Amino acid sequence: MVAIDTSGGEALGGGLLTTADGKPLKQALAHAQARARRKALLLVVPLLAFIVITFVVPIGQLLFRSVYNDGFSANMPQVSAWFQETEAGAEPDEAAYAALVADIVASAEARTIGVVGTRVNYEISGTRSLFTSAGRNAKDLQPPYREALLELNAKWADPQLWGVMRSVSSAYSANFYLAAMDLARDANGDIVRAPEDRRIYGMLFLRTLWLSALITGLCLILAYPVAHLLAVLPLARSNLLMILVLLPFWTSLLVRTTSWMVMLQEQGVINNALVALGLVGNESRIQMMYNQAGTIIAMTHILLPFMILPLYSVMRPINPSYVRAARSLGATSWTAFRRVYLPQTLPGIGAGALLVFILAVGYYITPALVGGASGQLISNLIAYHMQDSLNWSLAAALAALLLAGVLILYWLYDRLIGIDNLKLG
Amino acid sequence: MALPIYASPLEKVWHWTYKAICAAIFVFLIAPILIVIPLSFNAEPYFTFTEKMLSFDPEGYSLRWYDRLLTFGMQAPDAPRDWSWWRDVLANATWFDVAWNSIVIGVFSTILATVLGTLAALGLSRPEMPWRRSIMAVLISPMIVPIIITATGLFFFYSKIEIQKWGVPYLGIIMAHATLGIPFVIITVTATLSGFDHSLTRAAASLGANPRTTFFKVIMPLILPGVVSGALFAFVTSFDEVVMVLFIAGHDEQTIPRQMWNGIREQISPAILAVATILVVVSVALLATVEILRRRSEKLRGLSAG
Repeated sequence: MVAIDTSGGEALGGGLLTTADGKPLKQALAHAQARARRKALLLVVPLLAFIVITFVVPIGQLLFRSVYNDGFSANMPQVSAWFQETEAGAEPDEAAYAALVADIVASAEARTIGVVGTRVNYEISGTRSLFTSAGRNAKDLQPPYREALLELNAKWADPQLWGVMRSVSSAYSANFYLAAMDLARDANGDIVRAPEDRRIYGMLFLRTLWLSALITGLCLILAYPVAHLLAVLPLARSNLLMILVLLPFWTSLLVRTTSWMVMLQEQGVINNALVALGLVGNESRIQMMYNQAGTIIAMTHILLPFMILPLYSVMRPINPSYVRAARSLGATSWTAFRRVYLPQTLPGIGAGALLVFILAVGYYITPALVGGASGQLISNLIAYHMQDSLNWSLAAALAALLLAGVLILYWLYDRLIGIDNLKLG
Repeated sequence: MALPIYASPLEKVWHWTYKAICAAIFVFLIAPILIVIPLSFNAEPYFTFTEKMLSFDPEGYSLRWYDRLLTFGMQAPDAPRDWSWWRDVLANATWFDVAWNSIVIGVFSTILATVLGTLAALGLSRPEMPWRRSIMAVLISPMIVPIIITATGLFFFYSKIEIQKWGVPYLGIIMAHATLGIPFVIITVTATLSGFDHSLTRAAASLGANPRTTFFKVIMPLILPGVVSGALFAFVTSFDEVVMVLFIAGHDEQTIPRQMWNGIREQISPAILAVATILVVVSVALLATVEILRRRSEKLRGLSAG
């Protein structure tokens, strides 16, 4: 503890205040402050270390994966070395073919030729079998290797193939980012747009943004009246209604998605009710699921509480006398709402909209279950490349692009609203 | 909100329209959660109300899907239901097994998240805390970063360090779930601490209490409601998490959501609705607990007369 010694201060000279043990007060205070700061930091350090290990490092790993793939370079050392020595666009000579054949033989023996083929296949589809079949036959090839290899398959002379092999001969490449942005490299190594039938990622990013924006808008429209009602009702009654908002929030995501499947399917509750009421014929049941409609409906429901809660916390403290004053001064109820009430709720609108949008952009489970083909979002494609096509580097590049977008939005959220204002329930 | 007596007819119409709109939105919020409950008692293998159910004929309802949950994966589901039948259930029934896994993973990840999160929230709430805002932003980010990205990163990371070979069951999933639960702990505990009077700790210290006594006798009772609701959030997050499990879990590390996911993808059987109903009941119980805690916390901090 710092004890101020007022008596000895002047005796020590300089008019300096000191503590009982003779230290200048300023220094002692700074010392105590630094100690308090260290103590506060010490409490946070264990969690920070944990988050770094289970979150920051893995995401670093993901970013690394998005530019690193040694599937070709690690298994084809000799031809990779030839690429290192020659200029881009150089005609492959006999030495190059000899290196290639030697690598194929070694790789086939180590049973890694499939990995090599897969790596090249990411860039030109249909080339995996070229490598695996060469792997089966390369042992018997005799020099001159160029003719021998071309006899196996004439595709080996394709300049595009050699261009691709050159680009994958280095473990580090930006090719996965190019692919994720619907770009590609041509035989000369120049960046061009991908062939039209392979431009799917840009479309998916756009669709993700568009659907997220639509869902955010729907959530806002639905949440605004409810939040307002909750804010103006007496506390006891609004608490009761609040439980109806919080219950979905606490219910398992899979339960809610399952319920929507039950409600929306062709023989489901909603369609049956519509048929029973005679609004829809039995043959013309509405297709509400396995398309975009399914994604939109279910995600709006799931994200709605994230919009209601911030709106409510902004609306509750608004003093109703402002609106009443506006009315008494002759404003119509619409004008009073638009010019007096709405501006006061803007922080809540911003907070809710940003939060819902950020969460929607990364959604995976719900679109996968009720989205069908047209309701898939970018997350579903990342999952597809992780689990089915096994192009992990492309998945990582797509994830990195999505991450960049989300982090920008998150930064914006923190700047505008402040992350410590986030409240749950 | 009462309508003033001088309201014009148009205002009256608008007032009732507004209430009707709100009611419709509440129906939209709640209906999907309630609809699964009666349907899980369906006697037929359908997802829709049968004639018999609508006319409240007892024959239209049955417990067969709950029974199916119990017997699914058993060696001899049709054996007479004596003591050895129940032992068979405990040993082999799939849903029993996955529920147990979910609970174990949930409990351990909750403990991890709550202990680390509460300590950090205490540090963050101190006025001397440096770089408060940036650290907070990092600690909350697992909630904001799309789960598929976290899961993909963890997949690469865990396969690199070969966590499966460490021989600690569920270790990877527990750590991953704790990471996802931490933001909720931080948010709820910091909210409870926002009204915390720091002179109380100084008062305790000046009365001779050591830091440990101060923590357990002064700080803990005041923040306990926040800690418990944070822990419940963390538990629910873990209990509900499917993407992580799909990406990083081993073959035998099945949880309830993963089993549901498989069930929904293959063909939905009303047995899934029985699981859903049980989960709804669990979430109602958890919500009630949190609500009680919240009221208690407000009373303790003198925010409401309650």
